[in-house]
Amino acid sequence: MDTAPQNNIINEVTNKEYEYGFVTDIETDFVPKGLNEDIVRLISRKKEEPEWLLDFRLKAFRHWLTLKQPNWGHLHLPQIDYQDIIYYAAPKKRSEKQSLDEVDPELLATFDKLGISLDEQKRLSGVAVDAVMDSTSVKTTFQDTLSKHGIIFMSFSEAVKNHPDLVRKHLGTVVPYTDNFFAALNSAVFSDGSFCYIPKGVRCPLELSTYFRINAANTGQFERTLIVAEEGAYVSYMEGCTAPQRDENQLHAAIVEIIAETDAEVKYSTVQNWYPGDKNGKGGVYNLVTKRGLCRGDRSKISWTQVETGSAITWKYPGCILKGDHSVGEFYSVAVTNNYQEADTGTKMIHLGKNTRSTIISKGISSGHSQNSYRGLVRVAPNAINARNYSQCDSLLLGDQCGAHTWPYVQCGNESSILEHEATTSKISEDQLFYCQQRGIPTEKAIGLIVNGYAKDVLNKLPMEFAVEAQKLLSITLEGSVG
Amino acid sequence: MLLNIKNLHVSIGGKEILKGLNLGVNEGEIHAIMGPNGTGKSTLAAAITGREGYEITEGEIWYKGKNIVGMSPDDRANEGIFLSFQYPVEIPGVSIQNFMRTAINAKREYNGQAPIPTVDFLKMMKEKQAMVEITEKLQNRFVNVGFSGGEKKKNEIFQMAMLEPSLAILDETDSGLDIDALRIVANGVNHLHRPDNAFVVITHYQRLLDYIVPDFVHVMYDGRIVKSGGKNLALELEEKGYEWIKESNL
Ligand SMILES: Nc1ncnc2c1ncn2[C@@H]1O[C@H](COP(=O)(O)OP(=O)(O)O)[C@@H](O)[C@H]1O
Ligand SMILES: [Mg+2]
Repeated sequence: MDTAPQNNIINEVTNKEYEYGFVTDIETDFVPKGLNEDIVRLISRKKEEPEWLLDFRLKAFRHWLTLKQPNWGHLHLPQIDYQDIIYYAAPKKRSEKQSLDEVDPELLATFDKLGISLDEQKRLSGVAVDAVMDSTSVKTTFQDTLSKHGIIFMSFSEAVKNHPDLVRKHLGTVVPYTDNFFAALNSAVFSDGSFCYIPKGVRCPLELSTYFRINAANTGQFERTLIVAEEGAYVSYMEGCTAPQRDENQLHAAIVEIIAETDAEVKYSTVQNWYPGDKNGKGGVYNLVTKRGLCRGDRSKISWTQVETGSAITWKYPGCILKGDHSVGEFYSVAVTNNYQEADTGTKMIHLGKNTRSTIISKGISSGHSQNSYRGLVRVAPNAINARNYSQCDSLLLGDQCGAHTWPYVQCGNESSILEHEATTSKISEDQLFYCQQRGIPTEKAIGLIVNGYAKDVLNKLPMEFAVEAQKLLSITLEGSVG
Repeated sequence: MLLNIKNLHVSIGGKEILKGLNLGVNEGEIHAIMGPNGTGKSTLAAAITGREGYEITEGEIWYKGKNIVGMSPDDRANEGIFLSFQYPVEIPGVSIQNFMRTAINAKREYNGQAPIPTVDFLKMMKEKQAMVEITEKLQNRFVNVGFSGGEKKKNEIFQMAMLEPSLAILDETDSGLDIDALRIVANGVNHLHRPDNAFVVITHYQRLLDYIVPDFVHVMYDGRIVKSGGKNLALELEEKGYEWIKESNL
């Protein structure tokens, strides 16, 4: 049957305007454009950092100079001009932020508009937020509640000042600056991000969340997040992000490091909604991110859930190093691409300990002229006896101009481990669409419904508050209470 | 007249399937359409419900005083046309509850009404489930996924009960049903039958018509209605077989 009408419908659905494309007019403190040792020193000085941290940055920078931008992804990532980027931009502060009254009202309004209220009274209870605009943290809510439990949740910069030993102990232990080109870049120039520490035996009573916003033009965002869960601790952490609509591309190269000690559990959820570029592929964020968790202790567990809908180019592989015996790694991903977006995303599960288990569920949804790739590595070390991995990689195609690709890499170093891999590729069928329409559901809602159903296994893993946003992003109309 | 089809010609991929079909249905009536396989019964249902790919080359479909040719399938549905599918479609990951709520709210939006309050919706689900004797929890079951043939058909009747259409077309809803399921399906229809709505029941067997008593029976052959009559026509057809129709038409 003729697919043209269906393609038209899909075009309409996928050409929706980006809702978060506005720019906040706020006084911003920039460093000069370009990158060299002086810039690295300047960033460090602006942040009033200790000598060891400047040292770390400089080592990373010098290493970065020896590296080349990687080009193995199934992506059209152009050679970026790293001298044409501003590496530090911060909203000018009136004073040290602490109380809400002291935060610039323009900033509060910005986050309100994004649906992230920083007013604790107005927040849904149960979620503490660290709001980061460009290179600095604007406000962290509920710090009092958290500190009662001994939990540290603050911007990375504050953590460097207030808890230097903790930061120094863990920084770069999961993602060393030598890891890859973008990790080295981030380690040299990282600006702000969140630091989170859950002491031994504590179950964090709130969902912790960081909201990243790029605002300034020609500016890269290089945030760095470090989460440490001590023995028996538990935390659920969420990350959200948006950026203004601009014609030029913007670089985002972040690092997230997670450490889970014995019996600790960390759930990390992301709804990535950076500006994807316009429908002709102009502009958009280059999202080049290194995220990794280390299950250091026995029976520890790290779980990544991501809903990737934004960015012109996405290059990220949140992974787990399963070092402790019986440790567990999970990766649940929905990646949606449309127009000219390109995503090359997946995970790395490195089994080192005995009886370690990992689960990978990846759902790619492509439409328009986009390219959507799953790339995943499962490696089982010789000593990791009785390791288990289950991988399921599904691709859903909307229309016939987009591409879906799956690159699973498997390296198994012993005989006692069992690795399973399943993959499917499907299209939304005309039968399904008509069935919905015959029940009165208009086409675009029907597509949303079907896509939501397709991604259900992953969306179910998101914390409530995020699930709602994610469902909306997948153009879903149902209210959360039923269904 | 609720539905008035005049001289309908329908082609699929350039091949003419319906070749000048006429059918009039008033409110309050039940019509049965019978006929051999491949004669165009499902094509008729698809044309009335506006399925893409079914090209109307000639003729008109009047429904509630409007010629609906060219109207989108969802608008037709929201105007009260319902089709119980011969082959209900699976939608993985979408619960029946979510599906029904989305459908009901789409209709309400179409009519300029606010979404249905959750309490009312849940009450309605319970009521209609009881009517078609579905006992399990539908918030956990995905649309038609892993359903037996009988369950799928019961689910169609359940959806019909939820959406309360003005014109319901049942396309071989009885095929492959055991006697219990057949009774449940028929009960559902009889329960919903009112003076202001109508049913078009497409069936292969006269058996269903023992439970759903039609006002009119039409026999289709080669893209046309070739014979119409009362309930007795179905019995006659059963007795003499479709060969009788074919012969009388050659
Ligand atoms: N999608 C389609 N593409 C091509 N031919 C079709 C399609 N659907 C039905 N037909 C043809 O149209 C004719 C009528 O089919 P149908 O309406 O399903 O008959 P019935 O429901 O009476 O068994 C058959 O010859 C069938 O092969
Ligand atoms: Mg048929």
